[in-house]
Amino acid sequence: MIKHLRKIVQAGWGLLSNGYIKGFLPGAPRLYTGALKHFCVPGLNCYSCPGALGACPIGALQAVLTERHRRFPFFVLGYLAAVGLLAGRFICGWLCLFGLLQELLYKVPTPKLTVPEKIDRPLRKLKYLVLAVLVVGLPLLYRTKYGAGLPFFCKYLCPAGTLEGGVFQVLLNDALRPALGALFRWKMAVLLFCIAASTVVYRPFCKYLCPLGAFYSLFQRVSLVRQRFDSHVCTGCGACAKSCAMGVDPRTAPNSAECIRCGECQKVCPVHALSFGAGKNISSKEQIVS
Amino acid sequence: MKRNHSNKFKIVLIAAALALCVFGALSGEASIVFTKAATICMECIGLD
Repeated sequence: MIKHLRKIVQAGWGLLSNGYIKGFLPGAPRLYTGALKHFCVPGLNCYSCPGALGACPIGALQAVLTERHRRFPFFVLGYLAAVGLLAGRFICGWLCLFGLLQELLYKVPTPKLTVPEKIDRPLRKLKYLVLAVLVVGLPLLYRTKYGAGLPFFCKYLCPAGTLEGGVFQVLLNDALRPALGALFRWKMAVLLFCIAASTVVYRPFCKYLCPLGAFYSLFQRVSLVRQRFDSHVCTGCGACAKSCAMGVDPRTAPNSAECIRCGECQKVCPVHALSFGAGKNISSKEQIVS
Repeated sequence: MKRNHSNKFKIVLIAAALALCVFGALSGEASIVFTKAATICMECIGLD
């Protein structure tokens, strides 16, 4: 039940946040320009998608950091901190369209790859480097001759932007096609790599590269909504750890930075030792872990 | 009791984060975000 519920929520949210149908129609303006575009959606969602009704939080953060006159991004960071403090990476598991796309690609019947732990563990840190360098550091420090910065993550890496913004805009907008060059080919290569990787590894972009997941993961252990583990009822069967496609053992780390709070472990637990909650009735195990 | 205090503290933190968000919006950041989000982002698409 929860599996289908999550897919419904993911797809529903994706459609809702990209619900500007006119953007996809011939001859219509290619972007929604109404008041909702002042506000960020919680997940990674390119604001240049023809259907986008809100702003991408990572794009918005870079937009403020690359301003000619430097300013602290109270608006975007306040928003992201509030969302992170409320739900942590619950957003990744339930409200990210690019996450859903990767999950669907993983259903393609190909041989699946288990990344060895000695490679997987350091690669998981890469997303923090992407956040620190491509989203914050370089956009803040590097200036063009005109005085503004560059949104390095959007420009050189973001595959969600290439797919939701780039591909759709190029398909729908004849005027853009002659301007396509090496940068577009690079971004398409990154996107195609992510698509191919997603068929053999579960949510590889989320695990290794997503700066938004990295930001929300900082709040996993302190967020209001969290996963509770009751060690008194746990039988130690290990079904939860085996079911976790993100490679988390919920018995030892129910609020791991890598957990996207999809709830799959809760579904397979025969004794319902795992649940979401706002902190009340916390288990003894979680107290030990945190 | 300790847990209830912890939850109250988290709610205060969320409220503080939202207050920062409102402060930022009132100081013009929402307009910056809107300006960027309401025009086609050439970098996102992959155009120089």
